[in-house]
Amino acid sequence: MTSSLPAVVAVNTFREAVRDRVLYNLIFFALLMTGSAILVGQISIGIERMIIVNLGLSAISLIGLVMAIFIGVGLVSKEIEKRTLYSLLAKPIHRWQFLAGKYAGLLLTLVVNTAFMTLGLGAALFYVGRPFVRGDATILVAVYFILLELALVTALAMLFSCYSSPILATLFTLAIYVTGVFAGDIRNFGDLSSSGAVKALTRTIYYLVPNFHNFNAIAAASHGDHVAFALVWQNTFYAAVYVVIVILGATAIFSGRDLK
Amino acid sequence: MTAPIIEIQGLTKDYRSAFWGKRVKRSLDNLSLEVREGEIFGFLGPNGAGKTTTLKLLMGLIFPTSGTARVCGRSIDDVAMHREIGYLPEHPYFYDYLTARELLHYYARFSGFSAAERHERVEKFLKRVGLESAGNIQLRKFSKGMLQRAGIAQAILHDPKVVFLDEPMSGLDPVGRREVRDIIHELKQQGRTVFFSTHILSDAEMLCDRVGVLVGGKLQGVGAPSEMVSVEVHSMEILFEPAADRPLPQALTARATSVGGRYRIAVPENSLYDALDELRAAQARILSVSPVRPTLEDYFIRLVGREKAATNEAELVTR
Repeated sequence: MTSSLPAVVAVNTFREAVRDRVLYNLIFFALLMTGSAILVGQISIGIERMIIVNLGLSAISLIGLVMAIFIGVGLVSKEIEKRTLYSLLAKPIHRWQFLAGKYAGLLLTLVVNTAFMTLGLGAALFYVGRPFVRGDATILVAVYFILLELALVTALAMLFSCYSSPILATLFTLAIYVTGVFAGDIRNFGDLSSSGAVKALTRTIYYLVPNFHNFNAIAAASHGDHVAFALVWQNTFYAAVYVVIVILGATAIFSGRDLK
Repeated sequence: MTAPIIEIQGLTKDYRSAFWGKRVKRSLDNLSLEVREGEIFGFLGPNGAGKTTTLKLLMGLIFPTSGTARVCGRSIDDVAMHREIGYLPEHPYFYDYLTARELLHYYARFSGFSAAERHERVEKFLKRVGLESAGNIQLRKFSKGMLQRAGIAQAILHDPKVVFLDEPMSGLDPVGRREVRDIIHELKQQGRTVFFSTHILSDAEMLCDRVGVLVGGKLQGVGAPSEMVSVEVHSMEILFEPAADRPLPQALTARATSVGGRYRIAVPENSLYDALDELRAAQARILSVSPVRPTLEDYFIRLVGREKAATNEAELVTR
């Protein structure tokens, strides 16, 4: 029974997301973006596929990011603010099981949402009458990388949610995300500097923040380029280790927190 | 003698005034008390006394600065302890997107029941708290009283040995309060222990085997309600109807209070017979004569006043 308690919390978290009507607006917006790609593609003959895949994957990534951050920062703080956590933690459940369940529930929501939008993208490609080719497998790899990215962002949002207000948690998560996207550039900038301190700082930032740039395969997918299998494994391992470290950190913070 | 089912030893809770603040506010000060199995224990105190702090410490929602507590023989740090307890927080708030039925099913899953047993219990307790016809309504549409009932249902759904209720009568109309009192009685008859905090002293007098009074974070007294108030009779109350054609003596009417055409007067015990003679002489119809005893409320107000005076004195000395 102990191992299934996070699953109980996860299912309830998923149910909350499904019943939250705000999410349907986001999904509609994403599908609209994908649909508009069809129109844009018709303007640009010959690069129809590229436009549709590029815009569609960007929409999936953007909407997923919005969900991961804005729902993620409320995962714990909302339950504390609304005091739903009081009666829940009076049950025989460890705080780490609650956190694991909330994380898994939001991740499940993101996976289902991403799956629907990917189907929408596939439908858009099918609609324009373009046959599916071997290179389209990269689209699925790009979607998978988006999911890894979202898993990381969700973990970070939940970490910050454990000890700060929703606004601050959102800002911190966004700051880490943006820094992570440009981590490579920041390191390169530091390498150009003659200051040892700047070099050390930029390298520290590079190794500390998640390197989100590595998860971006949208360009490769839109051009039908192959993505090396080694990169898939590397990114999976990197995301898994990072997520575990962040969630352990969240657990350590949350386990000692007074719920006022 | 069996071990107490709730043992609290020197439980203290301090809060810092701000993140880097040096000022510390002591919300609970060295609380020690024991509750016996099967009793209904009332935890009384004015607002800010530390009652909810105590309950949150026992539930593991906040952590003590010092001291220990055990429930059902297990430390409050032990998550397994929570299998034996139920808890209703003050002003309960639940997941408003769930129906009452879904809420109870959700909480029941934490107790490891089979699907069939869970279903049976949910229906039984929905009926017990009078929500069977509202089981499929989302909690966001529930009134305060209905939420309270849902809260009680989730607290007792898994047949806990000890039930902790924080202001269980809060927000309920007289019918609802009566139903909650009945549930508490029923729990006692089943051999369960009930620990509840309340402002409503009459409920505590009616229900509790023993009460503890907390003022300013400190326990002021523990005992049976009848032990806490003096059994000495200090005055007598006479209820009477004056004769239609005979005015009452001025001395009596000045002290009497009118109660819908009837009059009530309190006289010292040693003056009872003189007062009765005066009323008989005025041909008043005497309806009842009853002793006036101090209530738990009198004791409570005396304690609060004493603690406030002590706090003010301490503040003056500090200045």
